Amino acid sequence: MLAKKIALVVDEPACEKNRAKPAGERRKGCTKQLQPGAMAGGCAFDGAKIALQPIADVAHLVHGPIACEGNSWGSRNSGSSGPILYRTGFTTDLSEPDIVMGSQEKLLAAVGQIANQHHPSAIFVYATCVTALIGEDLPALCKTASARYGLPVIPVESPGFAGSKNLGNKLAGEALLEHVIGTVEPERLTPCDVNIIGEYNVAGELWQVKPVLDRIGIRLLATISGDGRYRDVAGSHRARAALLVCSRAMLNLARRMEERFGIPFLEGSFYGISDTSDALRGLARLLVARGAPQELLARAEQVISEEEARASSLLAPFRERLAGKRVLLYTGGVKSWSVISALQEIGMEVVGTSVRKSTEGDCARIRALMGEDANTFENLPGRQMYALLEKGGADILLAGGRSQFVALKAKVPFVDVNQERHRGYAGYDGMVALVREIDRELSSPVFREVRRRAPWDRAREEEG
Amino acid sequence: MARIVRPGKPCTVNPLKTSQTIGAALSFLGLDRALPMLHGAQGCTSFGLALFVRHFRETIPMQTTAISEASAILGGAENVAKGLLTLAERANPEVIGLCSTALTETNGEELRSIVRDFKIAHPDFSAAVVSVSVPDFSGALPDGFASAVTCMVEELVEARPARERDGRQVNILAGAHLSPADAEALADMARGFGLEPIVLPDLSGSLDGHVPEEFLPHTLGGTPLAAIRLMGRSAFTIAVGEHMGRPARALAARTGVPCEVLDRATGLAAVDRLVALLSDISGKTAPARLRRERARLEDAMLDAHFFTGGRRIAIGADPDLLFALASTLAEMGCEIGAAVATTAAPILSAIPAREVVVGDLGDLEARAEGCDLLITTSHGRAIADRLGIPLLRAGIPVFDRLGGPQQASIGYAGTARLIFEAANLLHAEAPCTAH
Repeated sequence: MLAKKIALVVDEPACEKNRAKPAGERRKGCTKQLQPGAMAGGCAFDGAKIALQPIADVAHLVHGPIACEGNSWGSRNSGSSGPILYRTGFTTDLSEPDIVMGSQEKLLAAVGQIANQHHPSAIFVYATCVTALIGEDLPALCKTASARYGLPVIPVESPGFAGSKNLGNKLAGEALLEHVIGTVEPERLTPCDVNIIGEYNVAGELWQVKPVLDRIGIRLLATISGDGRYRDVAGSHRARAALLVCSRAMLNLARRMEERFGIPFLEGSFYGISDTSDALRGLARLLVARGAPQELLARAEQVISEEEARASSLLAPFRERLAGKRVLLYTGGVKSWSVISALQEIGMEVVGTSVRKSTEGDCARIRALMGEDANTFENLPGRQMYALLEKGGADILLAGGRSQFVALKAKVPFVDVNQERHRGYAGYDGMVALVREIDRELSSPVFREVRRRAPWDRAREEEG
Repeated sequence: MARIVRPGKPCTVNPLKTSQTIGAALSFLGLDRALPMLHGAQGCTSFGLALFVRHFRETIPMQTTAISEASAILGGAENVAKGLLTLAERANPEVIGLCSTALTETNGEELRSIVRDFKIAHPDFSAAVVSVSVPDFSGALPDGFASAVTCMVEELVEARPARERDGRQVNILAGAHLSPADAEALADMARGFGLEPIVLPDLSGSLDGHVPEEFLPHTLGGTPLAAIRLMGRSAFTIAVGEHMGRPARALAARTGVPCEVLDRATGLAAVDRLVALLSDISGKTAPARLRRERARLEDAMLDAHFFTGGRRIAIGADPDLLFALASTLAEMGCEIGAAVATTAAPILSAIPAREVVVGDLGDLEARAEGCDLLITTSHGRAIADRLGIPLLRAGIPVFDRLGGPQQASIGYAGTARLIFEAANLLHAEAPCTAH
């Protein structure tokens, strides 16, 4: 079952990286064989949870031993404008007897406990390695639970050992397609309704973009899944167009919603001024092509030019301060090129970037921005990154939290641009916030202080 | 004598417990040039790693055997071998701590025999490999920590030391509830008596938060392997925390070094017992510095008792930490209004509360109504907000306060620090009426 589902999500016709491979290779998708002893990030369960947990009025129940939820909960910084139930950590905390005797009854009872005490809109039940290994039929159990307690109980079959975090994103999309999307009819529809797919409202980034959409007159029918609501996601099949922002992670979802419900989609990014403008413009065009009033285009242009002018004037004081500063960028996928162009817009030099999770299309854009002999790398182990930073190879590192301490131990400025970050960098305001943060970090006196050697350390002076 | 209550509900709500697998990994992080590798899916490692990164604000060397669905079915011995070889090549650690997970234990894999076969196939493999069975589906973080230290003792300590006993050398087995600063404070106390302590594991060397001179993909500091090998030559072993009794007894059985397990090292009377023990072992009286610290603690208790007396405290923690905190605050006149432990342990019945619940933060919140102070991990923030009471952060993870690893809660000075922190939080809560 799981194998079939994985094959389905990784054999992606809309992905040029996938299509470029020979037929036999295609079915393996981009799921690389994981290497023992060479840590490569989170598991498929992690990916599914990241993708779905932002649905705020849902209870997210992790069916497995304590590690899967107990070690990880409360670490994701996705905002909700209303319900906070999604922040409660629910787990069946399977013990040895549960595993030996079977955990079905415990799961049903757990669903009952949540239904009775927390009254969620729905319960998402996440399979884990252990429940998948003992061969539990999660869809059947969820069906029983749903009938018994009278609310949607959705199986998310993305056990950790299925593969990477990216695969988990896709399997999460699959769970939504199979069990959620299209099960509710929205109460109100307009010709300007869109879905945003792959936006998790980390550090409130959706809220940096939504006011701009509002001003243009584009109505957000559903976000999958930032600041999401179950009913909105369930009714998202009625959108007129969709924007896919987190590049490949949820491409399968966008593509299959196009196939099944005729919702055209556009791939875009809200990182950087010009990319934000392109995404907004593209969305307006898609809507007009599907019958939205023609004036939407003019309104979009009007708002875009106002926003660009405003952002530009806010960024102006930084241009001089940041011109020529060298950035090492270590992030994944779409963010690589969209952030590169954003940084270049203010005159910074990107001395190197990772191309993890980047498609051939992403890489081509990176080459277009940085030149043919751009310094790109698939993977930069901590030790090499430290060596590069320590010998002054870059003025600042932009990366995920995992690399933070590599930079700090090398006494080099750092800005977190990945999912654990606490500041939003999306849209026009987000770009200004990012530049302000880079400037604050680069001008911090701390680095000058800590790079100074102790004046009394004579022995070291003689050595060096 | 507290009554132990198990709510027995099917769904854990806001987990307090973290898994014993990462407890084992944590103990390996207290060895020098070491690298833990979890035998499971890569998420098992990435979650634990992210948790420790947030808590310690440090890079955490931790690896995975990256079990996939196929290797879960076929058996993961090949992944273990590949992983070990990769670590040796890329990181060249001195010790590799191989920890099982719920996934590989459900599969019935035996790490011990996998490692034995690996060593036969690779006789030149230079790193010491210590394997430990720590499935996530039983126990909690301290259980895995203690199991790993037990395995270190059995695998690494020389059974019959070549030379005879060194009357000045003592072993200190520091429990999972102790911070890097606690480990350092224990060592300093022993040194104050002219003793030479070997602290196992010693997080103060690796996770105390310092900028190192170099950057390598294994721990940079901690108990050296060479020192562990010679623990059998020590005059005595002191274990701190009931859960460290198991490794202490294993060490005694292996080497004949006598041991004493202190259930805590926080609180005036408890520290007095530790100091008396150090005095007995060394044959020396307490140094002036310790006498002064004791006098300061007396003063701290007298100053603080106005603010702590009669106040109700709610605590959620691993068993030994719960015991140490509850006992110390009870000695300050507090009432333990709610006590929740992550897992069962004999020490729970000694906690000065009417009942101790083995449960989660949901249980703690339900019982903390009417309490004046909440003590638990940073996960307690939302509960403290809802109850409108201050939160004293203790345990793992603490991710919204800086400096935790450099804060001691044991010894006279550490106890005073803890009491001040609790009293200040209780004090700050009172409305300002000055005019």
